[in-house]
Amino acid sequence: MTARPTAAAVLEMRGITKTFPGVKALSEVGLTVRAGEIHAICGENGAGKSTLMKVLSGVYPHGSYDGEILFEGAPVAFKDIRASERHGIVIIHQELALVPYLSIAENIFLGNEQTGGKRGFVDWDDTLRRAAALLKRVGLREKPQTPVADIGVGKQQLVEIAKALAKEVKLLILDEPTAALNDEDSAKLLDLIVELREQGIACIIISHKLNEIRQITDAVTVLRDGRTIETLTVRQAPSDAAELSEDQIIRSMVGRDLDHRFPDRTPYPGEDAGTTALAVHGWTVRHPVDQQRKVVDNVSLTVRRGEIVGIAGLMGAGRTELAMSVFGRSYGRYEAGRVEVGGREVSTKTVPAAIGAGLAYVTEDRKQYGLNLIDNINRNISLASLPGMRRHGVVDEHHERQVAERYRTSMNIKTPTVFEEVGRLSGGNQQKVVLSRWIHADPDVLILDEPTRGIDVGAKFEIYTVIDKLAAEGKAVLFISSELPELLGMCDRIYTMAEGRLTGEVARADATQEALMRHMTKSRT
Amino acid sequence: MTTATPPLRKDAPDEPADARPSAVAALLNSMRANMRQYGMLVALLFIVVLFQIWTDGTLLLPNNVSNLIQQNGYILILAIGMMIVIIAGHIDLSVGSLVAFVGAMSAVMMVKHDMPWVLALVLSLLIGAVAGAWQGYFIAYLGIPSFIVTLAGMLLFRGLTQIVLEGQSLAPFPEGFQNIAKGFIPEMGPYTQYHNPTLLLGAVVLVVLILREVRDRKRQMAYDLEAVPKGLWITKCVAIAAAVIAFTLTLASFHGVPVVMLIMCALLIGLGYVMRNAVVGRHVYALGGNKAAAKLSGVKDKRVIFLVFVNMGVLAALAGCVYAARLNAGTPQAGLNFELEAIAAAFIGGASMSGGVGTVMGAVIGGLVLGVLNNGMSLVGIGTDYQQVIKGLVLLAAVGFDVWNKRKAGR
Repeated sequence: MTARPTAAAVLEMRGITKTFPGVKALSEVGLTVRAGEIHAICGENGAGKSTLMKVLSGVYPHGSYDGEILFEGAPVAFKDIRASERHGIVIIHQELALVPYLSIAENIFLGNEQTGGKRGFVDWDDTLRRAAALLKRVGLREKPQTPVADIGVGKQQLVEIAKALAKEVKLLILDEPTAALNDEDSAKLLDLIVELREQGIACIIISHKLNEIRQITDAVTVLRDGRTIETLTVRQAPSDAAELSEDQIIRSMVGRDLDHRFPDRTPYPGEDAGTTALAVHGWTVRHPVDQQRKVVDNVSLTVRRGEIVGIAGLMGAGRTELAMSVFGRSYGRYEAGRVEVGGREVSTKTVPAAIGAGLAYVTEDRKQYGLNLIDNINRNISLASLPGMRRHGVVDEHHERQVAERYRTSMNIKTPTVFEEVGRLSGGNQQKVVLSRWIHADPDVLILDEPTRGIDVGAKFEIYTVIDKLAAEGKAVLFISSELPELLGMCDRIYTMAEGRLTGEVARADATQEALMRHMTKSRT
Repeated sequence: MTTATPPLRKDAPDEPADARPSAVAALLNSMRANMRQYGMLVALLFIVVLFQIWTDGTLLLPNNVSNLIQQNGYILILAIGMMIVIIAGHIDLSVGSLVAFVGAMSAVMMVKHDMPWVLALVLSLLIGAVAGAWQGYFIAYLGIPSFIVTLAGMLLFRGLTQIVLEGQSLAPFPEGFQNIAKGFIPEMGPYTQYHNPTLLLGAVVLVVLILREVRDRKRQMAYDLEAVPKGLWITKCVAIAAAVIAFTLTLASFHGVPVVMLIMCALLIGLGYVMRNAVVGRHVYALGGNKAAAKLSGVKDKRVIFLVFVNMGVLAALAGCVYAARLNAGTPQAGLNFELEAIAAAFIGGASMSGGVGTVMGAVIGGLVLGVLNNGMSLVGIGTDYQQVIKGLVLLAAVGFDVWNKRKAGR
């Protein structure tokens, strides 16, 4: 470990221990953030990152944990979030805390209304003027009166930061700020964070994206199993290049060297290898509300048996829209196009028809569209195959349970029992449950939409292994992802999309991140 | 291992299944998971004991137990249907009006047109199905919120009732029809001190329940490491047996099993089984828990919601017939506020406002809590004014307790 620059510490957390009934979530964790520093916290899911931030921001009040927190040199004891905000510590959660039907200005000053001296009544002039100033500061060109629901996720993230600035933030905590953003919005956000550093605002970022960490942070603290493993220096001075490699961080996170971030591909040995499993011809879909807009425009593609085919594209390129409309027309207004599975034209008008035709779709948003979080693992796995589990007309619970147990073992779902509520599992394990459901439905074609989003490095490898195994069994896999290294590591061929159209098809051998990005940014002009 | 304390593993191999602490923990765990239902069962027992003492034993006298069942039959029937509607993530405000409408139609058929009562009963249930299908169509296929559709239905069916009855009550019903609410299963066999068929039924129920316990335990031993310890299990079986025997003897020493109770039990067992084991029942839970995920998993959401409302319509019609038979008249004011009682019973019995949670058994327990409160408070002479206040507080307390308990578990 290289010596760290000796700027004064703005935050010091010492010996933080937090225990939940039966689980020690944090054990003697230490964290030091220096003034004007961007500090990353890394660790696999369940390593204790979020818990640590909840301790810091007062979600877990003083007294519910052991250890001490020094902020700007003085010990502090927050009894709730408001207390930490008064000191200038503001946390922005992964799920944004904005009210969709209120305006940007109202959201910025929510709970912090500008009264201009009139107690209990909002001073609208003051509110709008100050909101406009804050929007300028974060580089968001929108009117303060615009409802938050009308702007994209990337812009909403900026509104959150404006909201933090309104509270005179000294230490900004961002939990996975770019998880839901496309590359362009991510880049903007990262630039903004760097700018804030120049204004003297320190920042803690929780992130899975190691390239971002290398790109903008000054130091990174790695947590594993509720302990601080080490704090690594990324760069000596803000203008320096990163002196830390992604592999060094990964090694520290998982506690072992990762020689292979992707499994070696196993070819499908069947005689029908290479025959076309899925063919989509001329698929065109219009936006559900805005009828003028073609969200998917004349897309044709094929996937062969035993093949993994990627779809790359920036956010809004129409990848998810394509997948969902092919899968039972679950998105938008169908206009034209045919689907063939195994050479025969099939109807995919409804979800049951699409499932019957041999398709499966694993959604990008497992909490909203994938899982029944209040039900158990057992029932979430069986959901798509219940009719096939019938005996004498009713669900055979014994069989259902055997199936769940089988996947618990084969997919390595970490849980004490298959009757555990899915909402209590970590992201990686939740994803394994969704995958189990669709593998058990035994489709010919699997469409995987961002299957590793928000999942830690170790679990990612497990998911990749499962995908590889599916292909080796002769399934056709359509793999949608925003992470180019993942597509390059896993796919035989990669299609690129932009503005609803297919803009390129690249074989594995010719694919580089730069080549893909060129196709992804082709616009129609 | 260098890791921090690992999370509690319930299947830790070094703990024998019979060890006391882990067994108690397992029991508490399973109880916590169903806290509202267990809590309500305990509350029900508490209320029963309370009023039993307060009324100097009148509450559990054989004739009062019979009375209690017949008084609450129609609310319990509604509560079962309502529970399923709420699990699916919807609500039905129209059932009280539908009860009145079906009661009125049955009166028109039997009193005005001298229709045989069996035929009239079948037609009444059909009317309920059509009414349910009408509302279900708007809710499931047109996507209009159930709150609005059934609020409209509440007005609509109430109005239709008054039109059909022309503002008058129609009476009397044939005796066969009245028996649905007032009758008992007929006596058979030699004279004993007790009602023979009731004893027989009680014995059958006892054997079935105990066999089920034995089977469940065997299965648990085979697949589950969390089996309840033997002593506790035997205690549970003895408690079940004692309850069944006491209840059977109570009913058998009066007129036997009321017909309403047979209907109730059939619904409890039948719909309980459907909700637990049939594909359509599972789909109801999945839709209530996460509609988008269920749809993307191939659940035919529209059809399932439609069926849920048809089912509610049929049950409301059945409750309407039972209520009309009990009053022995079709009246325009029948079923007032029944929807509120049914909804309260469902929430007391463990339903969740956001859907996806609840059991048919829970609805019955919730309904019984309200029923015993009604009956007990009437027996000790508490006025209906205070009764409403107390019932309101019980509803608030039940749901409040559940919310508090969940929050505590979440911390």
